[in-house]
Amino acid sequence: MAEETEALSALHVLEYNYTRSVGPVIGRFLTGLRDGELLGIKSSSGKVIFPPVEYDPETAETLIEFAPVGPAGVVTTWAWVSQPRAKHPLQKPFAFALIKPDGADTAILHAVDAGSEEAMKTGMRVRPRWRKERVGFITDIECFEPEP
Amino acid sequence: MSDPVTGIITPVRLEYTYTPGVAASRFLKRIASKEIVGQKCPRCAKVYVPPRGSCPKCGVPTEEEVTVADSGTVTTFCIVNIPFAGSVPVPYVSAHILLDGSDIPLVGLLQEVAAEDVRMGMRVKAVWVPDEELAPTLLSIKYFTPTGEPDVPIEKIMEYRDA
Amino acid sequence: MRDVAVVSFVQAPSVRRDPARNEVEILMPVVSAALEQSGIPLRDIGFTVSGSCDYLAGQPFAFVMGLDAIGAWPPIEESHVEMDGAWALYEAWIRLQEGDIDSALIYCFGKSSMGELPEVMSMQLDPYYLTPLWPDAISMAALQARAMLDFGSHDEREMASVAARSRRDAASNPNAHLSGDFDVDVLLKEPYLVSPLRKHDCPPISDGAAAIVLVAGDKAREICERPAWIRGIDHRVEAHQLGSRDLTVSSSTALAAEQAGGRGGAFDVVELHAPFTHQELILLDALSLSNGARVNPSGGALGANPMMAAGLIRIGEAAQRIMDGSAARALAHATSGPCLQQNLVCVLEGE
Repeated sequence: MAEETEALSALHVLEYNYTRSVGPVIGRFLTGLRDGELLGIKSSSGKVIFPPVEYDPETAETLIEFAPVGPAGVVTTWAWVSQPRAKHPLQKPFAFALIKPDGADTAILHAVDAGSEEAMKTGMRVRPRWRKERVGFITDIECFEPEP
Repeated sequence: MSDPVTGIITPVRLEYTYTPGVAASRFLKRIASKEIVGQKCPRCAKVYVPPRGSCPKCGVPTEEEVTVADSGTVTTFCIVNIPFAGSVPVPYVSAHILLDGSDIPLVGLLQEVAAEDVRMGMRVKAVWVPDEELAPTLLSIKYFTPTGEPDVPIEKIMEYRDA
Repeated sequence: MRDVAVVSFVQAPSVRRDPARNEVEILMPVVSAALEQSGIPLRDIGFTVSGSCDYLAGQPFAFVMGLDAIGAWPPIEESHVEMDGAWALYEAWIRLQEGDIDSALIYCFGKSSMGELPEVMSMQLDPYYLTPLWPDAISMAALQARAMLDFGSHDEREMASVAARSRRDAASNPNAHLSGDFDVDVLLKEPYLVSPLRKHDCPPISDGAAAIVLVAGDKAREICERPAWIRGIDHRVEAHQLGSRDLTVSSSTALAAEQAGGRGGAFDVVELHAPFTHQELILLDALSLSNGARVNPSGGALGANPMMAAGLIRIGEAAQRIMDGSAARALAHATSGPCLQQNLVCVLEGE
């Protein structure tokens, strides 16, 4: 009877590619990544929001004025991932971090390849490590790495 | 500078260990021995196949198991003209089949019959995979095929026609 | 504002993994018991609303099957939020304010164990800048914890104390599944899971479900000896990008609590939906409570964290203590989104 009452289970894989239109703001940012530059956008109060958003988070005004930032910047907070998951951007111990590029007032979430947790520090300076083949995607930045 | 980026493709892949639940697990295990088991609602007495452990109309647990026939009646159907990877050759018929002894139609593939000959009320029976291929999956039923019995009058299946 | 009260609350005992039952089978006894406790049959319930997440089941419109658990025939007035059940309760409360119905059923469920939960949670993120990097839920919480520790408002010892207290309290909660007696000094010697978070700072993965019945006005008094009246309820949301927010504070919680009449108040019991230890500290800062309220006597989300239900369970636990007479005034909180992005505060009182 045990076999009768025991529930079955099976692997279920949910897999598909979403094709997304990116619009003029995210599109411009991704075009910048492909061309090897980081672009923020100026908010109503003159702050530079990075990565850029379509509308001002405080006033909801439409934002249109882009501003180059970085590409180097500082780590504002970080988390040390000692055991990366298969989907993570790096397959060796790394940090997820918020990185505020020079000239930006907000930070982007990305990976930092510092080698070891001891090499990570809030406030440390990092720069992007660009992928050689860039397509206009957030992973065109392979990761950030400590500035020499 | 080349063309601006206007779109991206974001792949998603998530893996789940799926549990069909207690009632459906029992149903699937019996399928592996060519038996179709439904559950009867203690309140409205309807028999659900496949069973899900509850009566969706009454909202009460269903426990009593009832073996239903592997033959039944087509309550409605559609003719599929668009092939997809792994599909049988088009056109083919996908039908709602009210198995004898049950109160809710099951979706099934109809074969060994021309699409234009399928009718609401047509009597059909399950064609099972060879015994050595039987497994706890609805794929153990290869398809349904006409029995040749006289059609069931439409009035008798009206209740289930849109189900 | 129309007086609305919680008159019944039932939850399924949370477990790490329900190996056999599907969502409907988990949910059905919970909904039946909640209705029975209220004495109102489903056909007399004015409005039904549920909270769940299709990505937990890996199946579009998975929530529709949840309706099999309640018997929605003949068709009922019904709604669903792709959110924790606490937001379903908010919708029900709004619906009851219209005045044409007197009762509402809220239910929610989450079988978090079926997928890789930390990755499933990434699906709630911005798909352009964030999801392609698959920042998992624990890593994102760790970013917030580090920001708080760097800011200096709290330290790792306080975080470990939250874990020890929660797991101790969870031992007397039959619906929680992660409990035990832990020494803070010992916990602090544990290695980091995702630094600066240790395993004890993180919630368990739980399967569970919960249901609440809300009733308006005098009808609530007829049904329940001590209805838990909702004196204020509000929810607020912050920017999605973590880099645009001050992660060391929860301004949306402060605002929601202000609007709900709970900020700076005195409470007998406070139930906070803080899946990670540092989040309880940030939430308490935002609430600025005036007395030494008992925080999370249930063990909170650190004792059991069924996705999409853990928030409603906080409201239920707080209401339960009013209904059983052990508290006169309680505050419940629910959260949604990464790093406390969205927060709901509900103030409950006895007569």
